[in-house]
Amino acid sequence: MDAVLRKTKLKKGLNATFVTTVTAAVLAIFLMPFLYMILTSLKTQTQITILGAPFWPAAPAQYTYEGEDLGTYTYQMDLGGTMSDVIIDMNDYVGRDLDMYMVPIDGEIQNLALLKGYNSASVFLDPQDPAAGPFMWTGYYKGLERGWEISPTWQNYTDVWELINYPRMLWNTFFYAFTTTIGILVSCIVVAFGFSRFRFPGRDFLFIVLISTIFLPGAVTIIPTFTFFSQIGWVGTWLPLIVPSFFANAYDTFLLRQYFMTLPRELDEAAYMDGASPFRVLWSVIIPQSYPAIVAVTIFHVVWAWNDYFGPLIYLSTKMDSQPISVALARFNGIYGQQPQYIQAGALMTLLLPVILFFAAQRFFVQGIVITGVEK
Amino acid sequence: MEELVRGLPKLPSLKSIRHLTPLAKQEYRNGLLYLSPWILGFLAFTLIPMIATLIFSFMNIKITDGVLNPPQFVGFDNYETLFGDPQVWNMRPNSTPGSLWITIRFGLIALPVGILLPLGLALMMNNKHLKGQSFFRSMFYMPYIIPFVASVFLWGGILNPETGWVNRTLIALGIPKENTPGWANDINWVYPTYVIMGIWGIGNAMLTMLAGIQGVPTDLYDAAEVDGAGKLATFWNVTFPMISPVIFYNLVLSVVGLFQYFLVPLVINAGTGRPGGATMFYNLYLYKTFFTNQNMSYGSTLAWILFLVILVVTVVMFATARYWVYYASDKG
Repeated sequence: MDAVLRKTKLKKGLNATFVTTVTAAVLAIFLMPFLYMILTSLKTQTQITILGAPFWPAAPAQYTYEGEDLGTYTYQMDLGGTMSDVIIDMNDYVGRDLDMYMVPIDGEIQNLALLKGYNSASVFLDPQDPAAGPFMWTGYYKGLERGWEISPTWQNYTDVWELINYPRMLWNTFFYAFTTTIGILVSCIVVAFGFSRFRFPGRDFLFIVLISTIFLPGAVTIIPTFTFFSQIGWVGTWLPLIVPSFFANAYDTFLLRQYFMTLPRELDEAAYMDGASPFRVLWSVIIPQSYPAIVAVTIFHVVWAWNDYFGPLIYLSTKMDSQPISVALARFNGIYGQQPQYIQAGALMTLLLPVILFFAAQRFFVQGIVITGVEK
Repeated sequence: MEELVRGLPKLPSLKSIRHLTPLAKQEYRNGLLYLSPWILGFLAFTLIPMIATLIFSFMNIKITDGVLNPPQFVGFDNYETLFGDPQVWNMRPNSTPGSLWITIRFGLIALPVGILLPLGLALMMNNKHLKGQSFFRSMFYMPYIIPFVASVFLWGGILNPETGWVNRTLIALGIPKENTPGWANDINWVYPTYVIMGIWGIGNAMLTMLAGIQGVPTDLYDAAEVDGAGKLATFWNVTFPMISPVIFYNLVLSVVGLFQYFLVPLVINAGTGRPGGATMFYNLYLYKTFFTNQNMSYGSTLAWILFLVILVVTVVMFATARYWVYYASDKG
């Protein structure tokens, strides 16, 4: 009996290890681009273009010869078909940075500093033991692999900070997210209250119309809307992006309405008995009970505004100083597309805030999605 | 559409306005008052623009040098142009396909991935042996919230033909450089590349499917076990029918999204249709017609056809849904 129990326990443990390991492996592949982004953003352009360079940020390793009081050495080498004397005066190398190579000697790879290299032979110094003096190695040094050492290039971030005008773009994005969040909150709370707390003919029809707009392609309204905003001189300003947010949208209204429906009506009725107006009920009864839904809508909308690309692109294409970070990043890619380290540094600076917000407020994300997604 | 409001608590709805009591009239007025921001917005930013788009599609309106030419009524001319437009319809082999076929061909790869991948992940999350479910759930969802422009550049970096990790790995494994995929620049690989770039958008679908799976009553599983059903049979006869409404909801969203797909080619291949015209998606063609060529009326025609195509596809999907989507309330 005991043995059987132990056996099932062991089997359970093995299953858990197996399933969790497989899931973790899938997750690792899924999130690989983040690792690529971080590592690439710390590389130099040189490292990125060298085939066979390590995948971590590195610089070709170097060794600085301090001058161990070595003298002059002479080697016999085959230079272009004739044997010649190569003279190495170690005093010439004092304080110089020497490139490191992986040199195979007696079947063992050694990390050595190159003093002088030719096609047929080269002279190396062992940084582990410089006092042993230089020695000759027969072979083509350019065929050797370079030694690398960890060397993150933080410079990329400061470069991109200035090239992309990051503080300005960040401010624009904040401004866009903040103003439209205010608009969405004010209008969607009011409309969701209307949908959840009043009964009147046509209400359910209007609700279906509201939900249908989720499926409506934006293309079918954009041409007259853009033309109209262009005629009244709003293209090139923030107004076409901000003003519509004060007229409620389907997603956020739906989420808030679903939440309001779960609140007991007894409290409303008690307030009405005391002579409260509908607005008073919304303000003092509904809103104080709805913080989780309101926080969820706020977070969803901030992330949405942070990520929005097409709206700002068409309305602010001529006003580079007003663009939010997503548009700026795409424009930046058009200029520095051949420099992955800049693009990845820029991408990191773009996605950092939403990611932080996500980890700070995970609970609300999961709740909000389940409300909008499953209950439909 | 009625599935959307099914299961929500319903208030008794009144039949006719004329028979309303004064109190009900008061409530009617208040209701409309609170709905007014949305009603106004719907009229101004949805209904009127939609009608205007329809009117534009029957006119000839062009902007030349920033000046609106006097519009003329041209009947169905724009629709005739559209139905003869090879940039929309062309299906002949060995030539650049029309934008509608490009969209559908891409959908044949993107839609299965967009449904099966989140479903597979949701099933993985739901495995009873998995430790740290909530950690994995958060981490698989997380990329969903990062800006799409950034995620396109991250995947684009990994898939860069010269400097990306994937091709570097392939070369290190001994595959000759000329045989490695050119990804976004390669006509044979550009659709898979776009699908990979969109993989981070599955978080929402995964969470809704997971919530659906977790909502399946356990007594159904117990009954299946008593009947001696295997794992596959249980999934097919219990889990799948129970979560089919969630799958259906995600499928509708994906199809509607597919016909509007254009931002990735706009960012990655500059909206040029490169390589070889393979990325001139329908919606991209539409936006180019309006924003680049400033042809308002033909753009509007393309937009209305897009709207009708989406409408027909959605209606067909809802009509076929009763054959495979299971609603508990239908069958009591």
